[in-house]
Parts: sequence; C-alpha cells; structure tokens
Amino acid sequence: MTALSRRALLAGSGALIVSVPLRGHAQTPPAAPPDAAPPATPPDTKDLPGSLKMAPYLDAWIRIDSNGTITVFTGKAELGQGIKTALLQVAAEELSVRIDRPKLVTADTALTPNEGYTAGSHSMQDSGTAIRFAAAQVREILLNEAAAILQRPVGQLRLEDGAVVGPDGRRLNYGALIPPGILHVVAQPGTQLKAPGSYTVVSTNVPRVDIPAKATGGPAYVQDMRLPGTLHARVVRPPHPGARLAALDTRVATAMPGVVQVVRDGSFVAVVAQKEFQAIQAMRALAAGARWQSAEGALPKQADIFEYLVGLPVQDITVLDSRNPQAGTAKTLRARFTRAYQMHGSIGPSCAVAQLQDGVMTIWTHTQGVYPDRAAIAELLHMPPEQVRCIHVEGSGCYGHNGADDAAADAAVIARAVPGQPIRLQWMREQENGWEPLAPAMVSEAQASLDGQGRIVDWDYAVWSNTHSTRPGNAGSLLAGQLVAQPFAPPPPKPIPMPEGGGDRNSNPIYTLPSARVIYHFIPQMPLRVSAMRGLGAYMNVFSIESFMDELALAAGADPVAFRLKHLEDERAKAVVTRAAEGFGWGGSKPPSGHGHGFAFARYKNLAAYCAVAVEVSVAQETGQTRLVRAVAAVDAGQIVNPDGLRNQVEGAILQSSSWTLYESATFDAVGVTSLDWASYPIMRFNAVPDSVEVHLIDRPGAPFLGAGECGQGPAAAAVANALAHATGKRLRDLPLTRDKVKAAIGV
Amino acid sequence: MILNVNGQEHDLDVDPDTPLLYVLRGELGLNGAKYGCGLGQCGACTVLVDGRAAFSCVTPVVALAGKRIVTLEGLGSVDNPGPLQHAFIAEQAAQCGYCTAGMIMRAEALLRRNNRPTEAEIRTAMQPNLCRCGTQMRILRAVRRAAPVVRTAAEAQG
Repeated sequence: MTALSRRALLAGSGALIVSVPLRGHAQTPPAAPPDAAPPATPPDTKDLPGSLKMAPYLDAWIRIDSNGTITVFTGKAELGQGIKTALLQVAAEELSVRIDRPKLVTADTALTPNEGYTAGSHSMQDSGTAIRFAAAQVREILLNEAAAILQRPVGQLRLEDGAVVGPDGRRLNYGALIPPGILHVVAQPGTQLKAPGSYTVVSTNVPRVDIPAKATGGPAYVQDMRLPGTLHARVVRPPHPGARLAALDTRVATAMPGVVQVVRDGSFVAVVAQKEFQAIQAMRALAAGARWQSAEGALPKQADIFEYLVGLPVQDITVLDSRNPQAGTAKTLRARFTRAYQMHGSIGPSCAVAQLQDGVMTIWTHTQGVYPDRAAIAELLHMPPEQVRCIHVEGSGCYGHNGADDAAADAAVIARAVPGQPIRLQWMREQENGWEPLAPAMVSEAQASLDGQGRIVDWDYAVWSNTHSTRPGNAGSLLAGQLVAQPFAPPPPKPIPMPEGGGDRNSNPIYTLPSARVIYHFIPQMPLRVSAMRGLGAYMNVFSIESFMDELALAAGADPVAFRLKHLEDERAKAVVTRAAEGFGWGGSKPPSGHGHGFAFARYKNLAAYCAVAVEVSVAQETGQTRLVRAVAAVDAGQIVNPDGLRNQVEGAILQSSSWTLYESATFDAVGVTSLDWASYPIMRFNAVPDSVEVHLIDRPGAPFLGAGECGQGPAAAAVANALAHATGKRLRDLPLTRDKVKAAIGV
Repeated sequence: MILNVNGQEHDLDVDPDTPLLYVLRGELGLNGAKYGCGLGQCGACTVLVDGRAAFSCVTPVVALAGKRIVTLEGLGSVDNPGPLQHAFIAEQAAQCGYCTAGMIMRAEALLRRNNRPTEAEIRTAMQPNLCRCGTQMRILRAVRRAAPVVRTAAEAQG
C-alpha cells in the first residue's frame, strides 16, 4: 500500500474502495490489494512482516464470527514461556478489545498456519509480528466497513471493545461488520500500527492465562488428557542405542492383569493396559522377557571425549574472515574451552496421546513443531500427511528438542495397532534421560592480541561441534523410525546456516574488531544422539567469548565492563551493558572474602534480544562449591509486550544457565548414557538458589520484537565463570564448573 | 480399600502395591500430582499424608489406609484458590508449571507446621522439589507471600 493510499484510507475516503473489491473477492484467493489493479502474478509476500510471509491471508491469523467471537490462530506452541498470553495481548491491542475477548488456537495441523518449530526465540518475532500486523489490518477493514455503513469518515469513528462507535453513538459490533470471507485477503505491507503511546494491553503485566489451572489442578497438560476409553501404554526400549531385539517372550506380560496388547514392530516394543500402573508393571515384565543383540562398536571414554571429537572429520565453515593481523602487538592470549554433553532434563517425561479413527491418526503432543512432526510420523506410518493430525497440548517445559517428538511417534505406532482407542503413552524417567537428544559437547579455541592501549587488534576463534538440530521432518529422525522392522535411515546431519547458526551461533563477536576470523569445524559424526537445546551453540560461544574478554581485560589492566564498552559501537548494546553495571553497583564495594563479581554480555544471535548479566558468586574454600549469590540483568527486547513475562523468562534463563554451568554433565559408558535419574544428573536445588535476581528492562516502544527466551543462557554462564575467576584468581574453562574442578584449581 | 482423599472417602478396588500417584490420577481423575521421576527425587508428585509432605510416586496405597491425603485440588479451586494457590498466581510463580502442584503441596506442609518460617527454613523445606524452568525466585516469593495469610487464618481459628 502506498503512503498516499494509506493516508486516504485513514482519512476515510478509501472506505468504499476497500470494501467493494474485498467483498467481491471473498472466496477467491489471492484477493487484489484494496486500492490497486489486481496483480497479474501471485501476491509478493517478501515484504510482509514476520510469518505473514509464508501465511499471508489475514484469516489464517484472525477470524471473527457473525456473533462477534474473535479467534486468533498461531502456529507456535505454549512451552511455558507465556506465548499464549503475549500473543493474545498483541491481538487484543491492535483489535482494540479487552484481553479476555479473543480466543486463541495454537499449533494444530488442521487449524493453524505452519510456523515450523517453536524455537530459537522466534515466537514473538515471527508469530507475534504476524498477528500484530494482521490484527491491525483487520482493524482497518472493520473501520472502513463501519465508515461505509455509517456514512462517516474513519477519523470520526472509535473502537470500543468489539464495536465501532460512530460520532452519533451508533454501535456496530465487529461480528456485524464482517461478511463471510472478507478477511480472506492477502495482508498488505505498510499497515499502520497503533501508536505505542496509546497502548492499554501491550506493555502491561497481563497475568498468564495458563497459570490458574496449573496452580489449582485443572487439566493443563497432555499428561492430564482423559479421552473416553483411554488405554495406557509404555514402551520397552533397548538396553542401549543400536541394540536390536533378538527374541521377546511376552507370556508373563500378556497374562498380567489389565494388559490389553503387546505391540512389537522390529525392535519397537510396547505394552498397552487398562490402567497406567498395570502398563508400567507389564513394561517391566516385558523388558525381562526381551533378549537384545548388542550394537557393535563402543563409545569413546567420557574423559577423552573432547580429544575424540576434535579428531573426527570436520567440514570447515568460515563464519567471518577479516583477518589482517598487525605487527607490533603488545600481548597475545590463547585459551581453550570445553563443554560437556548436557540434558534438557524436563521435569515431566515426554508424553503423547494418539488415536486412529476413521483412517485418521490424531496425535496430541507437546512437540515444538506440529507440522514437521506430522511429516515424520506420516512417513513412519506410511500414511498421507493429510490423514495425520498433530495437535499441540502443553507438556513439561522442554527447552529444545527433548523426547516429545519421539513419544508422539511411539504413541502413533501403538495406536495404529489398537485402532479406535485413545492411547496415552508416557516415558519413564530413565527413558527420557537415556534417549532424549543431548545438547552437544563442544570445544572452542580463542586467540587474541592487544595493542599498547589495551585494544583488541586481532581475534581468531574456532569452535568444534556436532549439529544442533536432528529434529524430525523425516521418520529416520524418530526413535520409533529407527526401531521398526523396516527402519528409516536418519537423515545426514547438517549445520544450521548463519546468521542464526547452530554450533556457530554467536561465534562471531558483536565487538568491533579490526581483524577477526571465526571458523566453525562442523563434526557430522555423532557419538551420542544430540539436538537443539536452549540457545544452541550460543551458550558455549558466549561462555567462551565472554570468558576470554575478561581474560583480555585482565591482561590489559582494564575493568571488564569498561573494556567491553570500549569495544562496542551499537548504542543499544552499550545501554544494556551500562544498565546492568549500574543496577549491580559494578565497581562499587569489593565483594567479601571468598566472593567474586562477574560480568558478561551478548546480543542473542547478534540479531535478537540484548542481554547483560552481572553476578556475585561465593566459593566455599573447603569444598570448591560455587554458589550464585545474586544476579542483575539488563535486557533490550525491542517493544516489550509483557514486562513481567519477559522478566520471568530472563530470571529463568539465569537460574537454568547457572545450573548447567555449575553442575550439569551427562555421563556415559561404552554403550550409552548412564545419568538416568536426578541423583546421577544433579541440577540446581533450593539450597543453591540465589539470594536475589533482578532484571532491568529497557523498553523500545514501537520497535520490532526481539526474541528473548534464550538471550540469557550465554551471558549468565560467562558471568558466573568470570565471578568465579574473580573470587579465586583461577580461570576455569571446562563446563560444567563443578566443585571438584574448582577444588582442584584452588588447590585444597 | 478405603482411601481418604481431600476429605472424601473412596472405596477403591486397586492392587495394594499401586503407588498413590496412579490411584490419584487414574482412579480419582485428579491432575494435581504429577509423574516426574517415580523415584522420590523431584517432588512433582508431592501430596500431604496426615499433613506431612509425601512423594506419592513411591508410596504404595496399602500404607495409606486410615490416613488423610490432601492433593492440590484439596487446597482450593480456580474460583476459590487457597492462600498458596493464590500467592503462586499473584506472583506468576510458574513457567511450564509442571512442578507447581508439588511445590505448592511442599510449601503447604511447611506452613501447616510453621506459619512463620524464616527464609532459610523455606529453602530447606523446599529442597526436595525441582524446578527446571528456573522460577525458584518466584516460588520463594509466593511462599513468603502466603505465610502471613496462613498465619492470620490459623490465629482466627484460635
């Protein structure tokens, strides 16, 4: 839409011009732009914001019934990040209705746009932006329709919670203004959004819509689904990856009370029972009756894993090369960082409900991607994708690719064998820990040179990693797909290209560097199953870069915050660093004995939210135990939709990341993962929870949304490591920074 | 066997070895107690047994005859939440919320025996329960917020 036509619309004179052609094109996509000649070619969506690019029709996002019911659609899923509430806020704001008026439908292959995965801090940037602009455009259409009916210019109309009100007080409810099909039009670029100063819903702390049920025992999770006739299932997994089922004695299991059926397809084994605990008992009996043929080969020793990984064949990817080393540098530093395999560790093991009825397989799942999971499951079941429906229902927080997709596939394979009956499958704790894809182990090496003025004049960084996504899309990505009698080959692992990146995410520093090189040594071969975990490579790369920045600051004799500011040009970056430092009281009083202060900063992916974290840690001299005492963060996520929701995300990121950083390392032996419970995979408990965590928000009214759900993972890790170095004088570079490593470093 | 849950007696025909968790969820259709680990390591399944916090995932029902069991549902409802439920909602003390029921029940056990807890007492009491989203700061705030409400109610009852 041109500026001229938009002005005309806003002045009201465009009303009839808009409404007539739109009505005329009600069911014939693509509709013509409102005030231009019909295009000869399909609509060009490349200039549309967010996910409107791939789902450009307004009614893919917003529908209004004749009774005025507003329904908002998103292809993204609630993962506990509060996306339902934030998306409703965005829609309610631009539609000028109360927050409780619109209904929201989330990721469902039968109903919502295909927005891929709910991942990468993309939900507000992609779906939030699409809903924001679609809702604004729906508002324009409503106003123009009302202007035509009331014979008044748009400028004289106002919106009042679901109605357009004329200057004479006449009210037209939205439902009465929306003839069928009028919203089945392609969105136009250049929609006028509301002025941020007029916001009444966006930028306010709307309470999360999902929390009351969760706090009172309402049905809130796929685990809580109770369809009539539901049967309970459990899978029996091989003793380790690669083992094949040689023989299965089902006699004991099938004779047990409540057992309905044993399902076997190759090495895929499951049991179905009337009651859940009967299924668990039968699962144990079935496991005892299974004889497995072990896989060939052995995993590397855990102690040697990093040497093993860097010795594997690599594909080298040049992320950045402006290297132009200057002669006469004053100091050159080198460091090597490592990061152990870590787990998503969802508190609730993965679960799904599946039902095959009338030739359609319906799967209720907490997958992050209903469409890709559907594609994979359809391939696995040899069914056309149209006959498989995946509906997102919340599960326990996943923080990436955990067992959700696999459990959905397991449930579908079982449901196919028991047609008509809903099958509820939940994994056991040891199955979740033993089979979920881990966050990859990683290695990085950094080298940098300083000049006499304490400025970085050369930077050389390399990172080694497996892929950070083996998400489905193919049956071979699913455990069931690998276990069935006619197995599917896992697709070859691929790196995720920059600027998002996978193992190389955030490997390119945001700092101004006159000479820099960044190489990603992508390792295709995966000793252990790995995939996406919150932040992907950013956690390790920011940990490495921001630890190394502190080492450089120390070598330059500079304060770590001042040293960072000296190498930053982006004003928003500087503002975040400054706010966190001020909020913390950086450079003020010295920490008590045994305590240290640490600082770190990153802009997630160098294109999403900015986050700086300052922390104080304490180190127990006798045990080496490090505790995060307090943290102060500052975040710029563009226009803030729900300040408290954003704070909640960043607080959580700081606690979760400090748990990863101080404690977490998945253990494995020659055949598979051995950290199968919370004793062998300890995470943060209440005795280690900080005294205080403060999150300062820098709002940017009207600015684009910047994804923030993962922005804290890297900065929190590096800030803890830097504070530990400050407290002890020893630099630890091998994640996690466990008490044994600290003890060894400080020599007690 | 007879099981007293949330003040009501239920005559149940179940295998006595069945952990309480599966009876609550399966026989009684209660959502509050969650399966997390089945090992008593995470607290997602926490309920009250005679006023004390218990891991329902490792407590066979045979041990519970004559005891009073309280689940999250026994503390209140969406329309009439109990003090801790209200405090968790008011403090927005959840992300995914899968641990929330267990957290509330663990805190309920604490406030029933000590409605004037110190910060250290709260943290010690909550130690058995895990939250993976990192909402512990809010959970602690919610418990602190609920304590005086529970205390006032207890004093009013004399």
